[in-house]
Amino acid sequence: MPSLDDYKGETPSWCPGCGNIIILKTFKEAMLELGIEPHQFTIVSGIGQAAKFPHYLKCNTFNGLHGRSLPVATALKLANSGQIVIAVAGDGDCYGEGGNHLLHAMRRNINVKLFVHDNQIYGLTKGQASPTTLEGTHKNNLPFGVLSEGLNPMALAVAMDCSFVARSFAGDMEHLKEMVKAAIGHKGFSLVDIFQPCVSFNKVNTYEWYKQRVYHLEKEYNPEDRTGAFGRALEFGDRIPLGIIYRNERPTFDERIPLIREKALAQQAQSLDMSKIDSMLKEFY
Amino acid sequence: MDYSIKIGGEAGQGSQTIGDALAKVFSRSGYHVFSHQDYESRIRGGHNFYQIRFADKPVMSSRKQIDIIVALDRETIHRHVGELSETGRLIYDSETLKERPEGKRFLDVPFARLAAENGGSRIMENIVATGAILGITGMNTDILFGTIEETFRDKGEEMVRLNITLATAGYKFAAANCPSCSFSTSPASEPKMLITGVEALALGAISSGVKFYAAYPMTPATGVMNYIAGKADKFGIIVEQAEDEIAAINMAIGASFGGVRSMTGSSGGGFALMSEGISLAAMTETPVVIALGQRPGPATGLPTRTEQGDLQFALYTAHGEFPRLVFAPGSPEQAFYLTNKAFDLAEKYQIPAIVMFDQYLGDTQWTYTGFDTGKLVFTDYRLRGESFASLNEYKRHAYTENGVTPFGVPGDAKHVVVTDSDEHSEEGHIIEDAETRIRMTNKRLFKKMPLITNEIAPPLFYGNKEPKVIITGWGSSYGLMKEAVDALSGKHDIAMLHFSEIYPLPATDKFDYLGLLSQASLSICFEQNATGQFARLLKAETGYSFDKLLNRFDGRPYLLEELTGEIDALIG
Repeated sequence: MPSLDDYKGETPSWCPGCGNIIILKTFKEAMLELGIEPHQFTIVSGIGQAAKFPHYLKCNTFNGLHGRSLPVATALKLANSGQIVIAVAGDGDCYGEGGNHLLHAMRRNINVKLFVHDNQIYGLTKGQASPTTLEGTHKNNLPFGVLSEGLNPMALAVAMDCSFVARSFAGDMEHLKEMVKAAIGHKGFSLVDIFQPCVSFNKVNTYEWYKQRVYHLEKEYNPEDRTGAFGRALEFGDRIPLGIIYRNERPTFDERIPLIREKALAQQAQSLDMSKIDSMLKEFY
Repeated sequence: MDYSIKIGGEAGQGSQTIGDALAKVFSRSGYHVFSHQDYESRIRGGHNFYQIRFADKPVMSSRKQIDIIVALDRETIHRHVGELSETGRLIYDSETLKERPEGKRFLDVPFARLAAENGGSRIMENIVATGAILGITGMNTDILFGTIEETFRDKGEEMVRLNITLATAGYKFAAANCPSCSFSTSPASEPKMLITGVEALALGAISSGVKFYAAYPMTPATGVMNYIAGKADKFGIIVEQAEDEIAAINMAIGASFGGVRSMTGSSGGGFALMSEGISLAAMTETPVVIALGQRPGPATGLPTRTEQGDLQFALYTAHGEFPRLVFAPGSPEQAFYLTNKAFDLAEKYQIPAIVMFDQYLGDTQWTYTGFDTGKLVFTDYRLRGESFASLNEYKRHAYTENGVTPFGVPGDAKHVVVTDSDEHSEEGHIIEDAETRIRMTNKRLFKKMPLITNEIAPPLFYGNKEPKVIITGWGSSYGLMKEAVDALSGKHDIAMLHFSEIYPLPATDKFDYLGLLSQASLSICFEQNATGQFARLLKAETGYSFDKLLNRFDGRPYLLEELTGEIDALIG
C-alpha cells in the first residue's frame, strides 16, 4: 500500500500561506485515498505558480509551455491511455494564454482532468490582472483598473457542455478533496476551478473574501440539469456556489477511437509491418 | 518520345480529373511521367492548368513547348496557344466555348455533345476529352478502360460501361478527325509507380512507424495529413485536426512523450506558430518530426504557389540554442527515404527534425520502378516494458557519455518520467544553478551535435567529373537542375551539387564539395527565393561564396528551357 511519503516531491518555492500549498497537500491525500500510485498518472502543466505543482509531488510530469498544457495532455492521453492524465494550470495560463485549447478540450471531451488554481491574479509575474480579476479592481498597474468583465469559467464550461464542471476552495480542504476525487473518478473532460488566495499580490480576493461568499450546493441540487446549472454558474457575487455545478455522461474522445479501446497506442507494437507497407506502395501503380 | 500535354480551364472544370487520369494511363503504360499543376486560391473560376510530360526516358521537369493543349475555357486558348510545338494540336469544344479558331493546329471535338449523345451528363465531358487525347496519340485504350473500371467500380457496372462508352466516343472522334496528327507513342511496358512529393513524404512517415499526426489544414501541407489519415486505420495511427498549429506541435510533443512516434506539419505561417513548441521539444528532449511545406510569403503570400523562402526560418526558428535537423528532399523518392531518416535521427538523438518541401515538389508527380523498402531504417530507441521496469533507478535527463538519455515510456515502470521546459536537473525538476545549466547545455547541444553531423550524407554530385561550371541547389530544384545539366553538358563542362540534408551542413571529410566548388571557374547557386538563403548558409558556415546567384521569386516554377537558358546566359 502506498503512503503519503510515496508522493513526496521537491520542496515548494511558493510563498508562506499560499493557497497552492493546501491544494498540494489535499491532492496527495486524494491520490493516496484513491490508491493511484505515482507512476500511474501524469501531470501536465504550463507556466505560472500553479504550473510548478507537479515538481512538488512525485508523478510522471510534463511541465511544458505557458497556456499549452491541454494539447500536450490531450495527445498524451491518446498515446498512453492507460495513464490518468491531469492538467494543472493557473487562471492566466488556462483562461488567458490557453483559452482556445480549453474550448476545444471541452468540445473533444478528452478524458483529462483539469485543475485550475484560480487566484484571480498573476502571481509568477508579480501581480498583473488575470482574466478572472474582477472588473474595476486592480488599479496599481492599470491606470483605470480592469476594464474588461471577469471571465466566468463555470458559465463558459456549462455553455460548452463540458462533461464535469466543479468549483472548490483552498480554504475548504474536505470539500476540495471530495472534488478532486470526483473529478478523477468522472469519465470525461473535467474542469475544477479552485479558488486559491494569493497572499502576496491579491489584496481583494483573500481567504476572508471567499469565506464570506462561498456556500456548498445543497444536497438536492441536480448537477445534470443544464439549465439550472447555468443559473448556478452565473452566481458570482455575494454568494458563490461550491460543488459539482454540472455533469453529463457524454462519450469521451479517447473511447470513441476503436484503435485504442483494447490497448494503449504506446503499448502496441512499435515496428514496421513490411507487408502492409508493400501493399500501400502497390496502390501507386 | 517526349511529349507534353497541358489541360487548362477554370477551377472546378475538371482539368485535374483529366490530368490525373492521363498521368495514370501513361505511368501504367510504363512511360516516365512528370506533371505539375498551376492553380489559384479559389474553388471555382480563375485560370488553372495541369501539365503532363511523358517520355520513354526519365523526366523530372516540365517543358516550355506543349504538344497537346486541351482548352476547357476560352482563356486557355488565348493564353497558351503560343506554347504549341510545330506539330502540336489544341483540342477544344467549339459548341461549349462559342469560339472557333482557324487553322489545322486546332482540333474541334464536341466533348459535351458526344457526352450527351452517348447517354452521359454534362460533367462527363471530361472522360470524352481524356479519350480524345489518347485518340490523337493513337495509344491503346486497354489501360484507360482498366483505369475507368477501377475508378467507377464502386458506382456499379452501369457506370463503368457508360464511362468506357464516352471515352471510346472521344477516342474515335479525335482519331478520325485528325488525319494530319503525327504523334507516335512507344509500346507499353511494365507499369511504373506514379507518386507526388506530398504522398511520398506521408508514405515515408507511415513507413517509419508514425503513430500520431496532428495538424491544422494549410496549403501545401494539408496533403500530408490527408494521406496519413487515409491510412490511419490500416496502420494504427491517430490523426487529429488541432484547433491551431500551436496545439498541433504541442500535441505531437505530448504524444511523443507518451511513447509513440509523432509528427505534425504545416506551411510557413503555421510553422511560425509552432516556433515555441519546437523550442519545447528541444528543451524536453522529446523527438518530433515536422513537415514544412513552403509557399511564397511573407504572411499569407501566394497561398497556392511555390517558393524556397523559408530555409533561414527553418534553420533559426525557435528561441534558444539546440540541435535540429533540416532536410529538404528534391524528389518524391528522396522525400520517402529522408522522412524515414528524419524519424530515425529524431528518435535516436531526441531532437526536432524538420522536413522541408514546397508546393512544387508537393504537387509534382514522378514515376519510379519502385521504392526499395529494404532501405528503410527502424529502431525503437524507447525504454519500454521490462527493459524499463528492470532498471534500479531512472532519471529522464541523466548525464550520459553521448548526451542521449534513454527515453522511458510513462507507466511502463514504477519509475516516474519527469521533464520540464524550465532548465532542469537530471531528474527533470526545475533548477536555477549555473553548474547544472552548463552541464545540461553540454548534454543537449555539444555532445549530440558532432554525432548528428556524422550522420549527414554529402550532397549529390552529378555531371562532369571535373566541372568548370557547378550549379548548386537544394530541395525541390533537384529534377530541374539535373535535366539542365544534361541539356548543357554538350556545350559546357558542367555539373551540379544538390543538398537535401541541409542542416547540420554535411562535413567535407567524406566528400570535399568545397574543394570542388573552389576549383570550378564558375559556381552558381540556384534558389527559388529572392535573397539566396542557402548561399548565405554556406557562407556563414564555411566562408565559401558562390560566384553568381540565380534567383526566382514570382511563385512560379521554372520550365526546363527557362532554367537552361538562364544558366547558359550566366556562363556567357
